[in-house]
Amino acid sequence: MTQTLAPEAPVVGPVVVAPRNWKGAIVMAVVAQITLAFALTTGSVEVFFSWNDTGQPAVIPATVVDAQLICLVLAVIAELCAVAAFVFVGMRRKAPLILTFVVAFTFLIALVASVAAGSQSGNIPVVFLLTGTIGLSTAVIFGSLAGVLGERVGVTNIAIEGQLLGGAFTSAVVASVTDSLILGLVAGMVTGALLSMVLAGFSIKYLVDQVIVGVVLVALMIGLTNFFYSAALSGNSEELNFPGTLPFLPIPLLSDIPVIGPVLFDQRPTTYAMFILVPAVWFFLFKTRWGLRIRALGEHPLAADTVGINVNRWRFWTVTVAGLIAGLGGAALTLGSIGPFVREMSAGQGFIALACVILGRWNPFLAASAALLFGFSRNFRIWAGQAGSTIPPDLIAMTPYLVTLIAVAVLVGRAVAPKAVGRPYVKE
Amino acid sequence: MSAPVLEPLPVDAEVDPAARKRPTAREVLSDIASGGPLRILLAVFLSLVVGSLLIVFTNEDVLDTLGYFGARPTDFFGAAGKAIGEAYAALFRGAVFNYRADSFEAAIRPLTESLRFAGPLIAAGLGIALSFRVGMFNIGGQGQMLMGAAFAGFAAANLSLPWGLHLLVAMAFGFIGAGLWAGIVGLLKAFTGAHEVIVTIMLNYIAVSLITYLMRTPVLHDMDSGNNPTARAPQPTAQLPTILGQDFSLHLGFLLCIAAVFVFWWLMERSKLGFRLRMVGLNPDAARTAGVNVKAVFIVAMVLSGLFVGLAGINQALGRTGTFGPSIDAGIGFDAITVALLGGSRAFGVLFAGLLFGAMKAAGPSMQVQDVAPEVLVVMQGLIVLFVAAPPLVRSIFRFLPEPRVVVRTSAPKRSLRATAAEAPATQAPVAQVDTAQGDGAGDSTATAKKESPL
Amino acid sequence: MKLELRGITKRFGSLVANDGISITVEPGEIHALLGENGAGKSTLMNVLFGLYHADEGEILLDDQPVQFSGPGQAMTAGIGMVHQHFMLIPVFTVAENVMLGHEPSRFGIIDLDAARARVREISAKFGFDIDPDAKVEDLPVGAQQRVEIVKALSREAKVLVLDEPTAVLTPQETDELMETMRQLSDAGTSIVFITHKLREVKAVADTITVIRLGKVVGAADPSASTEELATMMVGREVELTVEKAAARLGDPALVVKDVNLFDHLGRKLLDEISFEIRAGEILVVAGVQGNGQTELTEAIMGLREKVHGSIKLSGMELSHAAVRHTLDAGVGYVPEDRKKDGLVAEFTVSENLMLDRSVSGPFTKGLNIDFAYRDQFAADAIDEFDIRTPDGETLVGRLSGGNQQKVVLARELSRDLKLLIASQPTRGVDVGSIEFIHERIVAVRDSGVPVLIISTELDEVLALADRIAVMYRGRIIDIVPAGTPREKLGQLMAGVAA
Repeated sequence: MTQTLAPEAPVVGPVVVAPRNWKGAIVMAVVAQITLAFALTTGSVEVFFSWNDTGQPAVIPATVVDAQLICLVLAVIAELCAVAAFVFVGMRRKAPLILTFVVAFTFLIALVASVAAGSQSGNIPVVFLLTGTIGLSTAVIFGSLAGVLGERVGVTNIAIEGQLLGGAFTSAVVASVTDSLILGLVAGMVTGALLSMVLAGFSIKYLVDQVIVGVVLVALMIGLTNFFYSAALSGNSEELNFPGTLPFLPIPLLSDIPVIGPVLFDQRPTTYAMFILVPAVWFFLFKTRWGLRIRALGEHPLAADTVGINVNRWRFWTVTVAGLIAGLGGAALTLGSIGPFVREMSAGQGFIALACVILGRWNPFLAASAALLFGFSRNFRIWAGQAGSTIPPDLIAMTPYLVTLIAVAVLVGRAVAPKAVGRPYVKE
Repeated sequence: MSAPVLEPLPVDAEVDPAARKRPTAREVLSDIASGGPLRILLAVFLSLVVGSLLIVFTNEDVLDTLGYFGARPTDFFGAAGKAIGEAYAALFRGAVFNYRADSFEAAIRPLTESLRFAGPLIAAGLGIALSFRVGMFNIGGQGQMLMGAAFAGFAAANLSLPWGLHLLVAMAFGFIGAGLWAGIVGLLKAFTGAHEVIVTIMLNYIAVSLITYLMRTPVLHDMDSGNNPTARAPQPTAQLPTILGQDFSLHLGFLLCIAAVFVFWWLMERSKLGFRLRMVGLNPDAARTAGVNVKAVFIVAMVLSGLFVGLAGINQALGRTGTFGPSIDAGIGFDAITVALLGGSRAFGVLFAGLLFGAMKAAGPSMQVQDVAPEVLVVMQGLIVLFVAAPPLVRSIFRFLPEPRVVVRTSAPKRSLRATAAEAPATQAPVAQVDTAQGDGAGDSTATAKKESPL
Repeated sequence: MKLELRGITKRFGSLVANDGISITVEPGEIHALLGENGAGKSTLMNVLFGLYHADEGEILLDDQPVQFSGPGQAMTAGIGMVHQHFMLIPVFTVAENVMLGHEPSRFGIIDLDAARARVREISAKFGFDIDPDAKVEDLPVGAQQRVEIVKALSREAKVLVLDEPTAVLTPQETDELMETMRQLSDAGTSIVFITHKLREVKAVADTITVIRLGKVVGAADPSASTEELATMMVGREVELTVEKAAARLGDPALVVKDVNLFDHLGRKLLDEISFEIRAGEILVVAGVQGNGQTELTEAIMGLREKVHGSIKLSGMELSHAAVRHTLDAGVGYVPEDRKKDGLVAEFTVSENLMLDRSVSGPFTKGLNIDFAYRDQFAADAIDEFDIRTPDGETLVGRLSGGNQQKVVLARELSRDLKLLIASQPTRGVDVGSIEFIHERIVAVRDSGVPVLIISTELDEVLALADRIAVMYRGRIIDIVPAGTPREKLGQLMAGVAA
């Protein structure tokens, strides 16, 4: 109905039957059972958790454990968490988020251990799994930050996919032509911002439905980048599509810490930017006056207007800034990773980012966590293939989408979304 | 007559311009529908202009002349004109009539190829259009097509039935596959409130992985034919027969897709069910109050949408003699969105848009021969839709256009401050009505509201 | 601060919402703007507040002409507004709502303590009890309104506009609000009090300006009689009494027994509702808006889940019936919000006339719609109900509110009625149509059908009712006969049982 607070109904007396929401607990229990299933199906084989970066001298020796034992231990922990979740819900309290995280972690570790147990070497390259996860998540995290900002201010940005693609393309080309990686980064960000402006312009000024503009923009960017790729890049890749990559910048001392060092402190600048941006966007949204206004605009733009906040101008510029971030995500795909641009290299990561926004309940930290899950599963697929896992890789590839589908359908109520998302604000 | 609800009505100049500013997906869609052929023509023209620029500035010869543009600018224009002329000539040869061909059959083959490409675009476009009309965004054309193709392909390859019956059974399988896959979306939307955009996108990926997996297993794959994921070829009894003889690959699928246009028209404009579908699309609250089971309509609408999209999948799987892989959808699922948008979600609009885009697809190889990257056509398709979707933009580019005939559509309630003004009838203006409008609307409304969805 | 509006004209297309309106509000004055629903009062205030731009006229503050391009400038100039529908963000706290737009901050980082202190300071001044950290959505309506007032005052408002502030308040809360208004005016704040309720105007206003059809009709003194004010407001002798014969009562037809209703959070919306309506009787449910009346009609219609208790129509149990079945049982329903629930604006008049009959019946022919029947039906209905429309193919959204309501009524009355439910049947309807609608409702009663009317307008309650049920906080607090005096009804609406 209206977004106003005219009383819909009287509330008679206290809450009579506080409904318990069992969904979360049930999902946790199911995941815990799957973890248990790993334990029961995994043979009693020794697996090696190797803590060293591949190619680096061994600093600490690999930890040897029995796969079945560790799966059992993890399963027990998961079961305990699930039980705890049920207890919390039973007491009509909200189960702490940490339980969800623990269940997810135990599941993932058990999964890895059971795959390693089935492989020949029994080796679990922890650093590879973690750095790969971060590497494959980076663009999605940038995209989801852009999505969070956009939706918090009331604009659905389906075009993130196009922004990643466009950012990847221009950053590679500009860096190749100018021989400057910095200019390449800037070009990628500007591309993202320009696309945001098109999206915002069409949806705010011309009042075209945001989903429609988004979808069309994605189609357009796929067409444009493919066109230029065939028409220009593929013939002159030396000059136009050979940008090189951003250097790894190990942070002194910190990067020498085992495991954590190579994973967190020996990365490219784009990855560091991501580490900084996630908390920065959170702080911006929840602790600053600008963030307060942005959130107000996503919830009740008319109310914001009546206190003198120019709704459409704020929306336009917030989405544009979000575009800078998405464009940087695109640059991370090329300059921050493999270098040259490849046809349709975003491969749906922008859409995944959108899903992460919802899974992460419009919170930068949670959205980033969801994105990490996607990154992990993509990386896991690569590793499991190499390790000779018996699980068909196509089905592994399917899991994150399935998880998202279930999570969106089962866990995320529609109530948490900013109320005015996707609706243009029209006055006189 | 059949109540063309959203036909443009001439409106006096005095109608508040703000009254036009009430957008929602539906309204944008119906606005597109109401846009006369002129606007679509202009949109096509604009995108041709942009396309020409792209062609010119990626053409080697043209770029060479740029080097001495100051000295001999005519060279540049000559080369540019040549590049554009050759590209569009190739487009014409590839899509309509190949005047260079040796025989008449060869000359008109491009036209039949355009129709062949148009068929699935039309069918899938109708499916997407149906979801739009019910107020939903079905982005899941890809997954639904894959499911339709895989189910149809399974029946076509694995069953042994007489000619005719086999085809029907295989088609039925395809419809079931696509309908079920789309039905999941409807179910989730109806019972959990999950937003269909996210759900359909996820289901696309799941379908790709699932079908790729099955195309590696004996379910769909001929295990003697290598490791690449492919599905077995349909048996001859289940193939869609060609309709213009062996010289042309145009097959029965095209006629089925044309038939689907009429089915769609009947369903949406004439039938009882279509009435309820449109009602839910325009105002689900009123539909519920009028006794319509809105959740059931969501499910039915998605299944119907999936059936139309499924026809496109069937067309792809059975309109061939060989095996096929997981990219059998050929991007049609996504293109169908633009077809539906350009066609204004109307039966014959989609037909037109599908034919146009089909022709552009068919012209690809011919363009390639002429050394023009055929992707320029994809860009042009996107631009056409973008321009058509934003009437004010086209208007601001072509300022000579008269203020267009616009339907003053009063939105569903609670849409915008402007809704108040829009209450004003253009034809009669009892003052009491102004009052009504303000009393009801002035304070209580804010940004428009069609989607209550979290996305 | 002295506020002066001179010759304000605001047009929406061909319609003149404000026509040369001039008013002057002296410092510290409570100036009532009296007018019917939608006489142009809200438009005028939105012009003042910079939400609309006036086509003609000027605004003067302390004799200086000012121009506002947005609410921000109006507020800076010292104008505060409490909107009819509160402009609060439900998921924000009180402090966040109050500071929005002028946040105390350092380097952009919000100083929450300063915001809290400001809320406490202003609250204390007027004796409000407001927790700055409470979420607005958890507060009762009266408290939300106080938050709005605090919000306006936190910006040093010198002129406070209250737009229909009592629509959502109980009589007690109304009294408290009036007390606050006097306090504010004593402190020098000018107040513009927009209302259509005569009694409130007489109780609190210093000066009264009456607006009708977008024009100033004249000024009035608070000592003027209610009848005088009403005549000015409506433009003719108000006669809301409906010609109706004594009811010929039949057997109890609708029997509602022990109905409870919960929302999705498990809160009780309806509390042990029991009543019955006899054939040929009009029962009007009166009460302040938002005391469960809407929920009651929705529960009967099957639009609500979690309905406990029994709802029987001529012996048929409806409490768990789907809407479809309720309609098929012969229930006609005129929803409270016709634009949201009653009509599809983008459908034509003729399509709207068959909205709830697309499954079977005369409008259908096999799988198809019977277009010939539909068009004939529309032509007849347009004729019979005097719906002012060019033809049946006109989009219903283009009609005026009164004519839209007639479309709904024509549809609902054309079925084989066993019960008529009409919620706020004349809200936002012009005076001419009100009479017509009332007559049709009485005609339905006289044909021996039980009628349930929901109305928050006491005049309408008294005009239509054979019996009056008063709802308060989800309960039917009493059912009284038609002739019950206003004062008594007012007490009941405030929850004071006999």
